[in-house]
Amino acid sequence: MAKNDLIGGSLWEQYSAKVSERMNDPRYRGEISEAEAKALGAKLVVADWGAESCGDAVRLYWAVDPKTDRILLAKFKSFGCGTAIASSDVMAELSVGKTVDEALKITNIEVEHKLRDNDETPAIPPQKMHCSVMAYDVIKKAASLYKNVDMASLAEEEIVCECARVSLRTIKDVIRINDLKTVEEITQYTKAGAFCKSCLRPGGHEKRNFYLVDILRDTRAEMEKEKISALAEPRDFEAMNLIQKHRAIENVLDEKIRPALAADGGSMEVVDIREADGAIIVYIRYLGACKGCISSTKGTLQFIENMLHKELAQNIKVLPV
Amino acid sequence: MDRIYLDNNATTIVDPRVKEAMEPFYCQQYGNPNSLHSFGTEIHPAMRLAMDRLYSGIGAGDEDDIIVTSCACEGNNHVLKGIYYDLIRNGQKNEIITTQVEHPCIRNCCNFLESLGVTVTYLPVNADGIVDSDTLRRHIHPDKTALVSIMWANNETGLIFPITELADVCRENGVLFHTDAVQAIGKVSVDVSRVPVDFLTFSAHKFHGPKGIGGLFVRQGLKLTPLLHGGEQMGGMRAGTVNVPYLIGMGLAMEMAVNNLAYEDSSIRGLRDQLEDAILTIPDTLVVGKRSLRTPNTILASFRGIEGEAMIWDLNQNGVAASTGSACASESLEPNPTFVAMGISDELAHTGIRFSLSRFSRAEEIDRAATVVRQSAERLRTISSTYNTGK
Repeated sequence: MAKNDLIGGSLWEQYSAKVSERMNDPRYRGEISEAEAKALGAKLVVADWGAESCGDAVRLYWAVDPKTDRILLAKFKSFGCGTAIASSDVMAELSVGKTVDEALKITNIEVEHKLRDNDETPAIPPQKMHCSVMAYDVIKKAASLYKNVDMASLAEEEIVCECARVSLRTIKDVIRINDLKTVEEITQYTKAGAFCKSCLRPGGHEKRNFYLVDILRDTRAEMEKEKISALAEPRDFEAMNLIQKHRAIENVLDEKIRPALAADGGSMEVVDIREADGAIIVYIRYLGACKGCISSTKGTLQFIENMLHKELAQNIKVLPV
Repeated sequence: MDRIYLDNNATTIVDPRVKEAMEPFYCQQYGNPNSLHSFGTEIHPAMRLAMDRLYSGIGAGDEDDIIVTSCACEGNNHVLKGIYYDLIRNGQKNEIITTQVEHPCIRNCCNFLESLGVTVTYLPVNADGIVDSDTLRRHIHPDKTALVSIMWANNETGLIFPITELADVCRENGVLFHTDAVQAIGKVSVDVSRVPVDFLTFSAHKFHGPKGIGGLFVRQGLKLTPLLHGGEQMGGMRAGTVNVPYLIGMGLAMEMAVNNLAYEDSSIRGLRDQLEDAILTIPDTLVVGKRSLRTPNTILASFRGIEGEAMIWDLNQNGVAASTGSACASESLEPNPTFVAMGISDELAHTGIRFSLSRFSRAEEIDRAATVVRQSAERLRTISSTYNTGK
């Protein structure tokens, strides 16, 4: 809430002059007939998207050159509000001259930018942003019809927020990297959920596959789990608790030391590990051939200690008992 | 281009005579009516006249109260929240009955009370778009229901609810009855001496009075915990210094509204019917609700294949102000609950355009509006992806 929100009814005042212009007189409204397409040597594509019952429906006509896949002509019709009409008009305009694959890259964000009067001011108020998504969806539909493939096969990534075109991966990444804790923060970082708000939580304007509240909860839960498992297996010897240190020492003994001792018919076991005055004292007992060997208090002992220093930490002291 | 205002259910022009009557109470008679000195007391005769006009306008008796509020929204909140404090919070009763088609100030207030644990029943409308007394009878519980709140006339459709029958059901069951009469005053006869309502709310700006003032009728002997606590104004039922000029204006506006009822019912009804007939000559249009059941000034029309906001945009470009219940035009983006409750198909839920006239509407305006509406429908249908002009 702020001063500007306290007057009300400002929906139309937030439309750019370009939006008004296109609403009053859309340049690309109309149809393309089979005959017109044929005269251009083009294939006619007619794509429908949306439904009257949802408050938004659009039909896109493309005449596509089958040799180059280039869109020669585009027209549209719309059952929709002013924003839907204006953005369909721009979308049709942007698709002309592009190949079908290039047209697939047109997003509602590009359409919205094209409708701006200047770079800084949005062309439409946030809650109308979803009305421009339609224009993006119908292009995908038209492309799938032209290529004769399933529409789902054209989807690159799971998009959570259609208005701001923010993917599931982006949202998960931003939560992890910035340690985000609230949905509001996600919106601040990505703009997801800033427009029609359908993706914030269930029960909004539109049903979505993913909601920010769920993604946040699940990602935070994953992060928490990873934190605990990282705690369980820290890389840093210093940070380990005594049990973990014991395990780490045993690992080094098994991998680097016991095989060497075994070559001479000897072995060793850890009797105790204690922490004292910033040092870690490993009490060991020699077994087999090592027991009573003259080297066991000199060379062998040095070898064990050096290996532990190298693999784990400098403050380890080994004492035979 | 002269603009044509056909959105009188949203608000009305202040009658110039009302404005004139208010004028002396800004710079000449500006005292606080609660003051003991002459600046305060000299206001009293005009205030008394205004109150007399309000009382006689709705047929209230001298022992009843008409609390002057800032708007109908305040009056509605006062009744619902007052009942919550007086009958629900102390455990006597636990339910409020209302309808699925109330104005948001009732609906959102009920939603709030639900969050406090109150059971709220939202009655559906029948095929005619109204709540009938049988439906109420099936849902009312003498031991549980604290209040029934049902609007006198619907703001979207103009449909008039059978208030006498509904109030009778409440009386039979010993349940308090409130009606939001905002859309009824000045359009149909509202007489609490004949209709046994306990509480009734109205708002001056819907009948050519100023914005920011309204009234709450409270039947003799009933008590309501105040919404605003403070000074002793309105007998302690509503604190806050009375907006004197607005009250003076509302009084006169009420008197004129009631005196104009016959004109409303004949001339305005005539103009409304003329516009409605013109709209219905456009193919694939319909008007919601039987004419005989509606206030004489309202048309809720649907133009197949044309989204509501696109239509009011186009009408506005051509100087005609109407409104839409279309989800796309509201900030909330939610489907219109009135349409949903009336079982109007989802396709049409996005096409509704409301035209509402007033006694300031002129025949030539209606003629021009009819032409603009037709042209607008034709233009938008040539763009429409769901309307086949060839069909």
